[in-house]
Amino acid sequence: MTQALKDLGEYIAQALPQDVLGTEVNRVGELSLTVKAASIVKVLSFLKDDAGCLFKQLVDVCGVDWPGREQRFDVVYHLLSMKHNQRVRVKVATDEETAVPSVTSVFSSAGWFERETWDMYGVLFSDHPDLRRILTDYGFEGHPLRKDFPLTGYVEMRYDDETKRVVYEPVKLTQDFRSFDFLSPWEGPGMLPGDEKAN
Amino acid sequence: MAESQIQSYTINFGPQHPAAHGVLRLILEMSGEVVDRADPHVGLLHRGTEKLIEHKTYVQATPYFDRLDYVGTMNQEHAFVLATEKLLGIDIPIRAKFIRTLYDEIGRILNHLLNVTAFIFDVGGMTPLLYGFEEREKLMEFYERVCGARLHANYYRPGGVAADLPAGLLEDIAAWCETFPKVLDDIETLATDNRIFKQRVVDIGVVSPEQALDWGFTGPNLRASGIAWDLRKAQPYDVYDQMDFDIPVGKNGDGYDRYLVRVLEMRESVKIMKQCIAKMPGGPVKVEDNKITPPKRSEMKTSMESLIHHFKLFTEGFRVPAGEVYAAIEAPKGEFAVYLIADGTGKPYRCKIRPPGYVHLQALDMMSKGHMLADVVANIGSIDIVFGEIDR
Repeated sequence: MTQALKDLGEYIAQALPQDVLGTEVNRVGELSLTVKAASIVKVLSFLKDDAGCLFKQLVDVCGVDWPGREQRFDVVYHLLSMKHNQRVRVKVATDEETAVPSVTSVFSSAGWFERETWDMYGVLFSDHPDLRRILTDYGFEGHPLRKDFPLTGYVEMRYDDETKRVVYEPVKLTQDFRSFDFLSPWEGPGMLPGDEKAN
Repeated sequence: MAESQIQSYTINFGPQHPAAHGVLRLILEMSGEVVDRADPHVGLLHRGTEKLIEHKTYVQATPYFDRLDYVGTMNQEHAFVLATEKLLGIDIPIRAKFIRTLYDEIGRILNHLLNVTAFIFDVGGMTPLLYGFEEREKLMEFYERVCGARLHANYYRPGGVAADLPAGLLEDIAAWCETFPKVLDDIETLATDNRIFKQRVVDIGVVSPEQALDWGFTGPNLRASGIAWDLRKAQPYDVYDQMDFDIPVGKNGDGYDRYLVRVLEMRESVKIMKQCIAKMPGGPVKVEDNKITPPKRSEMKTSMESLIHHFKLFTEGFRVPAGEVYAAIEAPKGEFAVYLIADGTGKPYRCKIRPPGYVHLQALDMMSKGHMLADVVANIGSIDIVFGEIDR
């Protein structure tokens, strides 16, 4: 299985040398392709229609946030080939401003997934027919799955009996959110208090 | 007679509507009584599950999966624990695999019983819902007997299941397997050949095989369109490769086929459950590595090492080596998957949940275009959606 995936990865990389930046079969036996953002439509069309691939289904699209990177977002596509009983993961890197071409023209199922990625991470998709927020509230601000968005959010909502309507207010917690760090400072990369004096 | 001009108009359907299956809000653009465009507004039940999981240890994250599709809950846990186990690189005891397979099928029947009967209810047949709920109650008792909860089980754990089956449970499940087909016959007598039911669902919401692939259909909805694809056969997990069962496939891809596929799947599930019970091996139900599963309570009282393990597991949790994995299972509604990225700490870096209902609801616009308003209700019923998993 792993060998077949390696061969498939090489085959795709050879067919699209300009667009595929790297292929990898990881330790759980899954094939990942890293692709140029501008070529995503071309790559997915190839994966869908090429006789050696036939990935006819786009099963998932999601974002991942890596705040330390220059291009902080990954957009990850998962495809499934029923003909060859294989899966492939395609990754594209982008930042807050650069739009990724929408793949709704190749797979209709991408529509809501891309809306969700926009909603949760603020990744822009160009040529998307209907790029609105999907899961968050009407009038929501911010992109909640970004790593710099607090778990408790910024606003809370309640029904106000005096004005007879729902009102939004800044979050007020009776107890601050407690995030316990159980990582041992002896094992992690972090500095112990006082380490700065040693240098 | 003067020709009357039909004006197009927009109606708001839900979120408080008995046929909305929860909190679906639909904006329907109609011309006369024909739907031009159906725009589902989802997210009313959004709880930020993925964000919450990033702040929890792996064991603390499993209960969130019960709260996604709250109809057949253990199947979702299964995807998450499979993902975690793949990253940990562990193999679980064979008895745990059989128990999981057994409970996955119970979950499938729980789900289909609700969906099939609620679908019939949506188009006017009330009695099957009452029959279905009686059987669901019995199945939820089986849930309760292994984990103490009827719905939110939290029974599967990375490394096995939480506890062994209590004595006598398998016999009771086997007895239920004997009586259930009779109830299913009763439900079918009321619906399958029912003229009114067929008038409402045959040739409504037809999805061709090409459309089903394009729109990302999985599970019974895909099979109703004539594509024989089931992850339990194609990419078997746990002990599905040892089970003998058939995959029902539809022909027309309409609402009626989706109903038939689900009814037949329930019969197949009973077959799998019987095989699981007959073949159920003995032995442990979770890996005996106390770096992953907590030690026995009695050992904790006497062994220092067990106490340390317990403390570490319930504060920091076990660490998962860095890596990424996409683990998919055949949930009752379709392909339910977890895309997990671990960064070597005790908490997931990213946990994307791929709910099947989200994808199916997206296709509602395609399915309902040109249909009457009442057919939208039949379509919603036939694609089997639950908002816990769609909104996450």
